[in-house]
Amino acid sequence: MKLFINGEPRERDAETVDALFRQEAEETGIESPQGVAIALNGRVLRRRDWDETPVNEGDRIEIVRAMQGG
Amino acid sequence: MDHTVTPLRPETGDDSFTIAGVNLSSRLFIGTAGYPTQAIMRDAVAASGAEVVTASIRRVSLQGHGSDTVTLLKGKRFLPNTAGCETARDAIMTAELAREALDTNWIKVEVIGDRETLYPDVTELIEACRHLVDDGFVVLPYCNDDPIICQRLEDLGCAAVMPMGSLIGSGMGVANPANLELICRRAKVPVVVDAGIGTASDAVIAMELGASACLINTAVAKADDPVRMARAMGRAVEAGRDAYLAGRIPRRGRAEPSSPQLGLVGS
Repeated sequence: MKLFINGEPRERDAETVDALFRQEAEETGIESPQGVAIALNGRVLRRRDWDETPVNEGDRIEIVRAMQGG
Repeated sequence: MDHTVTPLRPETGDDSFTIAGVNLSSRLFIGTAGYPTQAIMRDAVAASGAEVVTASIRRVSLQGHGSDTVTLLKGKRFLPNTAGCETARDAIMTAELAREALDTNWIKVEVIGDRETLYPDVTELIEACRHLVDDGFVVLPYCNDDPIICQRLEDLGCAAVMPMGSLIGSGMGVANPANLELICRRAKVPVVVDAGIGTASDAVIAMELGASACLINTAVAKADDPVRMARAMGRAVEAGRDAYLAGRIPRRGRAEPSSPQLGLVGS
């Protein structure tokens, strides 16, 4: 299924946002969801809702992380 | 919500202050960006004595991340920012993401007008702050050193105001001390001087003018010895605060002997 993750087209096979996060975490070396937030089609999701939120073809997903900042 | 500055309690010497009901003992907020290494950043934060540390929210990238900032600074109070946002809409979205990522409703709202000056875009800033206050955020806006803008931000419910000392990263210190003093005198919420502090004396000046706290990043991160500068900044905000509370002598254009004039030796 084709998704747009952080603005980039990606081919992914995940039923829920939580499953998608786990795939991305593996690929990017993120160890835990601590410090991470996800928005689906412009709406920020509560972390507790990740595993009940389905991912659909063409969804725009933002995965962000707290980093160093001023 | 009452965001009023808690006055000094002389009987205990406790000069802590509160933002949105949270008692803070250190008057230094420290930024976490731009250090030579993550280990130096962690040590600098520790040496500064700061309780509040800033963070940014950025897209996860495939390039990898190094150490996890959140884990590294466990136990500190995070103040996420909306740095780099140029519209209220982006700032609001970033704040919502930050709330989930860091499990805090505190947000430093920064909406810049352009990338050259990084000067606040006041119109967008006010719109973003109004929305975020209504949404239950504890809003700390990075703003101009303009008493009227600070007043507007306070009136709409910001928990503190964070006027610039001078341009972000410039190290020019407090460019307009008269304005800053006026802001501090009028504000009923804490005034956190954000941006422009270049060295310890700049932080002292900001505090002597009546600021509640200083937020410092570049001056520490880019110093030759960031850990030592962090410690200097921690001491500077304390020294400046004490001097403010102690009350300085008036300036005068003539000498005034400090030693007694009676009993001088010799004729």
